[in-house]
Amino acid sequence: MIDATTFKPKTVYVTYIAATPDRVWQALTDPVFTRQYFFGFAVDVEPKKGGAFFLRYPDGRVHISGKVMEWSPPRRFSCTWLVEGMKEFGELPECSVAYDIERAGEAVKLTMTESHSWEVPDAILAGGRSGWPAILSSLKSVLETGTPLSIKMEPPKEMMDAVQQAVAGKPWLK
Amino acid sequence: MSKPKFVYVTYIRTTPEKLWAALTDPQTIRKFWFGITAESDFKPGSPWCLKFEDGRTADTGEILEAVPHKRLVIRWRNEFKPELKAEGYSRCTMEIEMADYYPDFGGKAAKLTIHHEVEGEGGGRFIDAVSGGWPKVLSNLKSLLETGDVAFQR
Repeated sequence: MIDATTFKPKTVYVTYIAATPDRVWQALTDPVFTRQYFFGFAVDVEPKKGGAFFLRYPDGRVHISGKVMEWSPPRRFSCTWLVEGMKEFGELPECSVAYDIERAGEAVKLTMTESHSWEVPDAILAGGRSGWPAILSSLKSVLETGTPLSIKMEPPKEMMDAVQQAVAGKPWLK
Repeated sequence: MSKPKFVYVTYIRTTPEKLWAALTDPQTIRKFWFGITAESDFKPGSPWCLKFEDGRTADTGEILEAVPHKRLVIRWRNEFKPELKAEGYSRCTMEIEMADYYPDFGGKAAKLTIHHEVEGEGGGRFIDAVSGGWPKVLSNLKSLLETGDVAFQR
């Protein structure tokens, strides 16, 4: 069993949202919300430490799977994260994603931290680094205006090449 | 170890024209920048500075590039914290693009990308400082353009 608490943060995104911590928590853990801002994916999470975590396509197939590492409403939600829904990504080691929610004056500070167990090439990190700003900008819009910003995005070509290379060489085993 | 750099992207439901106007209008800047405002005519080669509400100078520099509705590059040095001023000039690039979007689900959005790094070696403390500040400022800018009000006052 891997210890995901030792993973190193590689991508951090911070946004401040005019909402309560409870509303931000709900937006992160309720499928009705995530479908609006998370490229159409529905979160499906067993609300306890060790519980199962999924992000599902609209037809129910699994895009991301993981285990809940921390479930502390409405402050911190973290889970392991394995991309199953994209070719070859499922052979990469899993990473972890943590959401921290803190009060900041009359707003809420939301911090997303994506952490990894190995020296991930920037070309692979580029996927999250392009995706998270779109996802979390849209989450903020949903909470503040009621309407998401549905940004269209393709996985970066260099990322797909880098994933193929990594899967072939398996540098995390060295 | 690569040179410290801050990169931040936010998507805002607005037009490039309105976003440019917000980034270059002193009265609007004051609203989303917690009372701080800019003094500049935002033309290439012109001086630029940020001032606190009480008139003290926060940062100084000059406009290196200004392509309306697209790109603004500022040469930028901190003036109020000696340890940050000691790290010298930085370069801040703001780029505005139209985002691809699903028109059925929320309409048009502008993508704003901020790159900030110091010109010389190092710059770790300066980049740490702006890494804390930019998300606050840009979150408020997004709220102001989308809702007419900022997310929070410091």
